[in-house]
Amino acid sequence: MVRRGVIVGLATLAAVMLAWYVATTLTGLISPGRFPSPSDAWVALRQISLKGYAGGTLVAHAYHSVRLVVLGFLVAVVTGTALGLAMGWSRRVEAIVNPVFLLIRPIPPLAWIPLAILWLGLGDAAKIMVIWFAAFVPAVINAHAGVRTIDRPVIEAARMLGTPRWRFVSEVLVPAASPMIFTGLRLSLQATWTTLVAAELVGALFGLGRVLNLAQTDLYPGMILVGMLAVAACGWLTTLAIAAAERRALAWNTAATRGAG
Amino acid sequence: MDAPLSRIEVLVLGAVGLAAFIGLWSGLSVLGIVPPQFLPAPWEVVGRFVTLLSTPFAGFTLPEHLGSSLLRYAYGVLLAAAIGIPLGLLMGWFRILDDIVTPIFDGLRFIAPIAWVPFAALWFGTGIGGPILIIFAGAFPPCLINAYRGAKFVEPRLIEAAGMLGTGHLRMITEVLLPAAFPSIVAGLRVSAGLGWQSLVGAELIVASAGVGFMMVQAQASVQTTTVIAGMVAIGLVGLAIDVLLRQGETFVRRRRGLD
Repeated sequence: MVRRGVIVGLATLAAVMLAWYVATTLTGLISPGRFPSPSDAWVALRQISLKGYAGGTLVAHAYHSVRLVVLGFLVAVVTGTALGLAMGWSRRVEAIVNPVFLLIRPIPPLAWIPLAILWLGLGDAAKIMVIWFAAFVPAVINAHAGVRTIDRPVIEAARMLGTPRWRFVSEVLVPAASPMIFTGLRLSLQATWTTLVAAELVGALFGLGRVLNLAQTDLYPGMILVGMLAVAACGWLTTLAIAAAERRALAWNTAATRGAG
Repeated sequence: MDAPLSRIEVLVLGAVGLAAFIGLWSGLSVLGIVPPQFLPAPWEVVGRFVTLLSTPFAGFTLPEHLGSSLLRYAYGVLLAAAIGIPLGLLMGWFRILDDIVTPIFDGLRFIAPIAWVPFAALWFGTGIGGPILIIFAGAFPPCLINAYRGAKFVEPRLIEAAGMLGTGHLRMITEVLLPAAFPSIVAGLRVSAGLGWQSLVGAELIVASAGVGFMMVQAQASVQTTTVIAGMVAIGLVGLAIDVLLRQGETFVRRRRGLD
């Protein structure tokens, strides 16, 4: 039955490509000023790959954006997971932090963009700040929930055996909470891509959002399409990377890896 | 894990946390550690928020900006629901439609909603059409996925019974799949509403000529941090209100279905 799905899928892809060609090139049903023809897109792809556009080649722009996402994401994961673990572990920490957290949480990460630009300008620092906001909240929530789902007997057994505090954190708390932590990471990652592209569209000197922005002002539909596809490809690649990391980290947890597969 | 705290302890510690947050914010601003034009004190933001309720900024007052934001938002989310839910149910029933739409949908899903901005501006302009496309792009996937999953997980016995009684395609979808998938659809709508609101904010920052996001970008351009933060507060409050309303709607539906 898988085979049938693959065949229909490929047929669909071919039909979409054909419809694209017919609508833009053969019949001119869609004017080239609105949506690029396949050859327009190819020209744009060649231009940005070989000569460069908006100050760099496609690879350079993509590398710039991916690097920012990874940097902001890692900072958010470390800080957010630590705070979430602390909140899950200590009811005091939870009681202190929760009201502030609830106050900030309803503000979507995208709404921080103007403030980040005011504070840090159009460069990388502002992007990392908004990416941090986007990834921080899901990381905290899921690490917090992860600790709360640990079976009490596990904790009590570790206590009874006199496990020192740091070993308790590294060998009981973090591993037991990690399936939930990874769920949070996957959610964060999606949020970070949206946020970065938005931040780069509002104002950036370099990156995939900058390509999209310039292509929009230049009224260059071919380049817009190339930029969008590049954003999608980078998002897809980082999702694959985190799924691989999850499989490695949670190899011991057969239930979780089967779900993530 | 420590023992649960008493209610008074939670309240006191919560107040301490809030006081520390507001104290730090005020301190940084009042003592001039951060220049006040970049970090206004909390009460200045509150004052600005109240002023904006009646004084226009970037052409409109805050309620007027919110009004145009909410109008776009409603159009975008309703459009997503109106297309996504029926399509999801149809995909759950007709195998061939599922095979055709799923690969297209999976491919498009990796495009962040915000990445539609240049085409949205090119096709529909910066008035109301452009932002609606972006809100639609954000709100559409959960509508479709939840209607589809809801329809796929209908108890086979129900479908078989209906099929044996000679139910046609249309009635099967409207009278068997739709009611059975309803709780899942409502849950999807709540996710859609949240994502739609986020997309709206992004859309308005980039392509709009009115709305809260537009107001914030204008304020950013003229270094009016107080107005920027007041806009963030407004976005947070409206987002919270939408979420609370839909959460109650969801509980209501689940309770009527006897799921809770």
